[in-house]
Amino acid sequence: MIAAIGILCLLAGLAFITLAGLGVARLPDAFQRMHASTKAGTLGASLTVIGAALLLPSIRLASVGLTILFLLLTLPVASQLLARAAYKSGARLTGLTRGDPLASILRRQDLPLEERVKTTETPRPD
Amino acid sequence: MNGLDLSLIGAILGVALMVPLALAAWRMIKGPGIADRFVALDMLTAVVVALSAAVSLATGRGVFLDIGLGVALINFVATVAVSAFLERKGDGR
Repeated sequence: MIAAIGILCLLAGLAFITLAGLGVARLPDAFQRMHASTKAGTLGASLTVIGAALLLPSIRLASVGLTILFLLLTLPVASQLLARAAYKSGARLTGLTRGDPLASILRRQDLPLEERVKTTETPRPD
Repeated sequence: MNGLDLSLIGAILGVALMVPLALAAWRMIKGPGIADRFVALDMLTAVVVALSAAVSLATGRGVFLDIGLGVALINFVATVAVSAFLERKGDGR
């Protein structure tokens, strides 16, 4: 019974991680890719760890709990910081139908960082 | 444990996890922007944690799960550092 639940958890986790990978590969801009990788990736990794803990009795419960706790604590913070930085550095936004609601709140570059680096090939003053 | 071949399950899981790994790697190589590449790096954390679970199933040693914990923590620090860099460069002084 426990083994069946464990295998079910492993399959669900694998499905979620594969969906997250598919989203990272297929979605059109950085923020939508982040949305796929953060949510589905965290859920898939946590489910896989839970499934492995249910199948294997020699796994300590503390490391399972700590792994999931750290995933749930750190991934939202990291993706929030990365999204804010990507927005401010001018990463492309696609598929907005009602304009950019953050436009009056955060200052934002017009061009993405890689294009600014490419177009301004001036020597650095310092 | 009741007739289940845990090492086979772990091996199958590890092989199946190569698909999201390949998708994230493709995005990291191709990804048009710098932010896209770091999103792919974030994605790798989830894959690595799941892979450490698969390895601990395949070998029967629970300690391999702690590698996933360590990689998750290191990747958090890496993402924070990179976003600080991106935000400072993005402000354009």
